[in-house]
Amino acid sequence: MLTNRSKIVVKKEMNFWERIYLPAIFGGTLITIKHLFKRKATIKFPEVKREVSVVYRGQHVLKRDEHGAERCTACGLCAVACPAEAITMTAAERKKGEEKLYREEKYASVYEINMLRCIFCGLCEEACPKEAIFLTDRIEPSDYTRKSFIFGKDKLVEPVDKRIDVTKRQTPAVLNFKKNKLFSHNR
Amino acid sequence: MAKVTIDGITVEVPDGTTILNAARQIGGEIVPPAMCYYTSLKDSGGKCRVCLVKVTQGSAKDPRPMPKLVASCRTTVADGMVIENISSPEVLEARKGVVEFLLINHPLDCPICDQAGECDLQDLSYEHGLADTRYEFERRTFEKIDIGDKIKLHMTRCILCYRCVLVANQLTEQRVHGVLDRGDRAEISTYIEKAVDNDFSGNMIDVCPVGALTDRTFRFKSRVWFTKPMDAHRNCTKCCGKVVLWTKGNDVLRVTARKDRYGEVSEFICNECRYEHKNLADWVVEGPRHINRHSVISQNHYEKIDLLKLKKEVERQLVFQKGKQLPPANQSTTYSTENGNSQTQTHA
Repeated sequence: MLTNRSKIVVKKEMNFWERIYLPAIFGGTLITIKHLFKRKATIKFPEVKREVSVVYRGQHVLKRDEHGAERCTACGLCAVACPAEAITMTAAERKKGEEKLYREEKYASVYEINMLRCIFCGLCEEACPKEAIFLTDRIEPSDYTRKSFIFGKDKLVEPVDKRIDVTKRQTPAVLNFKKNKLFSHNR
Repeated sequence: MAKVTIDGITVEVPDGTTILNAARQIGGEIVPPAMCYYTSLKDSGGKCRVCLVKVTQGSAKDPRPMPKLVASCRTTVADGMVIENISSPEVLEARKGVVEFLLINHPLDCPICDQAGECDLQDLSYEHGLADTRYEFERRTFEKIDIGDKIKLHMTRCILCYRCVLVANQLTEQRVHGVLDRGDRAEISTYIEKAVDNDFSGNMIDVCPVGALTDRTFRFKSRVWFTKPMDAHRNCTKCCGKVVLWTKGNDVLRVTARKDRYGEVSEFICNECRYEHKNLADWVVEGPRHINRHSVISQNHYEKIDLLKLKKEVERQLVFQKGKQLPPANQSTTYSTENGNSQTQTHA
């Protein structure tokens, strides 16, 4: 008797109206019809998108800096922070003439996130010292094969001409921190 | 023999022992950090100043305190000496200042640096450093130099500990590199970029406390915490052949000498072992190397944790955090480590 809602079942013989079931069926149909005129709980997903919070943790993006160079330096902190061990990477050294492509002398030649392992906790975003990886409000597309859920750099790095805005994800405290001169070495 | 008391723990050591080595005989948290002192290199120490301690009583005969903080790696003990290290706020404050000085010109490029994860300066600044900088001027920068085809010199990261110069002086036949210029312009260099190719020159990578001298054959291959260190040995005619293999799968990414818990190598290895045998078949693998659980390298979970040992160690730490005197570290419970990373130990 935790909820005080339990009922004692009494087995008594049904009368005529109860036995033909028609009133009960009619009552059930009435409830169904009533719901036809109520607001729908579902939306038609690919065409209509539900509004999500600005800090929603969806598909990742690897950011470029203001000149279009990749910010990621393959430091491995996201991979070591990842509780699902979904991130793997291979580093490479930047060659002469690639300064516009990569921000620092080391870059990730391979960067993969296994989206089936990822639990979207956002720890990679927090671990990143270079503001390179962010989670966005995009929802990852569905697919038929497991292989296609291993997202490489082709799917993760933002295109130069189609930048993904993440400024809303950064709280005023973070933006203030970045302006502080005392932390200017930490850029 | 001399009886000295360090942070309330008394130990008897032979005459002529330095304070640092006396503290290392006690072990645990009261050991001052050292960036330039290196046991197996003669005349090392006295340069970085992070091992400063306070001598509150000079000796039994002359109980006056020493007027200034002294470098524990260079000061020998006297009978009846009383020394304060972590129990003195003055020492901790001075150490904080020294770390700030060391970091003035040191770049914050740990995400790129191959030394990150086993860097003495990283551990030291984590424990004693500030999160911010007060330095507003242009930092000292240098071009990267390849000294030989195996070693990369990032002079910007150098803290001028002189360890590598001592390695070149004492281990190799012909020294071809040293420190040029003076004061804040001092830099480690070879004369007109002469290649360093002595048989034992690779050891300067191991003795470097920061990422100034790094292995070019391991350059950007992997972060150290994604590799698994394995103790291994082989028959070598030039050196002892006892090494640590840093492996990933069946690939040997890097070979280094074995460092003790203070990050020091006692048995140096030759260049042939270090560079030429990156193949598991060339080695007799003894087993996984013990790594301090505070080190990021232990994130790799390659070794089973001895839970009973861990419990004992944690209980010992809890006594310390209650403000009581620390029971001496049991040698069997402190692991031999790659880097004496002890972040959670001193400041609770």
